[in-house]
Amino acid sequence: MFEALHEIGGVLKYGIPEFRLPNSIVDYEIEGLRKMGVKFEKDVLVGKTITYDDLHEQGFKGVFVGSGAGFPRFMDIPGENLIGVMSSNEYLTRINLMSAGRGGDTPVMHGDTIAVIGGGNTAMDSTRTALRMGAKRVILVYRRSEGEMPARREEVGHAKEEGVEFMTLHNPIEYIGDEKGHVKAMRVQRMELGEPDASGRRSPVPVEGAIEEIPVDIVIVAVGVSPNQLVPRSIEGLDVSRRNTIVVNEETMQSNIGDLYAGGDIVRGGATVILAMGDGRRAAQNMARQLLGE
Amino acid sequence: MNKIVEKQRFSENVTKLVVEAPLIAKARRAGHFVIVRCGEKGERIPLTIADSDPAAGTITLVIQAVGDSTRKICALEPGDCLTDVVGPLGQATRIENYGTVLCCGGGVGVAPLLPIIKAMKAAGNRVVSVLAGRTKDLIILEDEVRASSDDVIIMTDDGSYGNKGLVTAGVEEVIKREKVDKVVTIGPAIMMKFVSLLTKKYEVPTEASLNAIMVDGTGMCGACRVSVGGKTRFVCVEGPEFDAHQIDFDELLMRLKM
Repeated sequence: MFEALHEIGGVLKYGIPEFRLPNSIVDYEIEGLRKMGVKFEKDVLVGKTITYDDLHEQGFKGVFVGSGAGFPRFMDIPGENLIGVMSSNEYLTRINLMSAGRGGDTPVMHGDTIAVIGGGNTAMDSTRTALRMGAKRVILVYRRSEGEMPARREEVGHAKEEGVEFMTLHNPIEYIGDEKGHVKAMRVQRMELGEPDASGRRSPVPVEGAIEEIPVDIVIVAVGVSPNQLVPRSIEGLDVSRRNTIVVNEETMQSNIGDLYAGGDIVRGGATVILAMGDGRRAAQNMARQLLGE
Repeated sequence: MNKIVEKQRFSENVTKLVVEAPLIAKARRAGHFVIVRCGEKGERIPLTIADSDPAAGTITLVIQAVGDSTRKICALEPGDCLTDVVGPLGQATRIENYGTVLCCGGGVGVAPLLPIIKAMKAAGNRVVSVLAGRTKDLIILEDEVRASSDDVIIMTDDGSYGNKGLVTAGVEEVIKREKVDKVVTIGPAIMMKFVSLLTKKYEVPTEASLNAIMVDGTGMCGACRVSVGGKTRFVCVEGPEFDAHQIDFDELLMRLKM
């Protein structure tokens, strides 16, 4: 198993916070795999450090790509590149993987008022992490209503229970900075629900003139992720969708390249660990069948 | 773990380390960078690769001590190890036969510029290099740059070596005396900003290699985002080099103060 980061575990380590999935559990699972004979190589980025062809030269007969959806989305609104506005990936990676604020050399910004933009599980993780890092006020800004939030109900409940303020039916339209370029306020547009969109959820529509300015110290953007292009782009001829996911046969997880399988977020675009684990098992079964000729 | 096999001190704050990294030594091309980590709690620090020896399995890094993490790396001695080295990351420099290429480096930026100078020369270009530093001691890798350049101009702020003046004076001198087809610049962001303004005036296509703040270096965190032509780009996967005339240097300078 080749891992680009300096630690094995991927999003389970850098993304999902300790209070939701303790690293000791992830390490226990990794140790189990190690005992079964899996070899782990850290600091290797396939497509950069070694190529897909190098893998064949090393004797590998099958390749599974589980490189995830690591590319953070931003909203492309004015002021988004101000200091203090960051992706949830950056915020969570600094704290979870790099131990910022917990003895690590990596710094992380602190602030009294933190806004988290988005309504998914990662947004909930970011709000609850911000509270644990000492924020006095954490505001979750989501453009639809609570009913449309993609986060699991439990996660929404936990965030509320811990004191996160929910500002639903609001959408940031601009961030305002101080003279040093640090974010000091966000302008939010009030929304109302209109007709259902392609996802079947009622789409948010701006309420004309209903714009509010709210002082903030830090903004964490958690509006979704896209598949990381590094691995797919490095494999010539691989069938990649318009959403940048690897196209596979849903039954076998096999791609258009016979010995290459893929699963998890690099195929789904941003789903759950549970679905990714299922994909991995199915791919492994089919790879075994193919290789052993059963 | 990657062993340090050689160390050289260029000046009080600038250190060269030759590090074992056989896979990276083989795969890297001019313009690529690595992320290194020193210690189990260490920060991930992006460093551009100055040179490599695929046969020996080593890469050369030149590090300027500016904070705790870079100071820690500079304090390593031969036999010590970096905890992690990953790469090569980013996009390699586009090497072509442009005609005349002006390579302009400031301070420690000369280190990542060296492989570009070598590759541009090997591609058949006439290469003119302009090296700049505050003072004589901060001019690094001069012999190596001379070996692959047709002409070298040295600029120091205090006039202690070469010509007295800023890097832009040297660049303008070259552009005025001969036709320059391409400029590549690496150095402090403020220097690259003024080089870019100058070459824009003379309409010479220019690439600048950016040293943004990064965490993972693989496109995951977005800390390195920079506005290029009004669009947000990630330095780690789409860079580190961009069309200098399209870069929002003021935003970059602001974000580097983070």
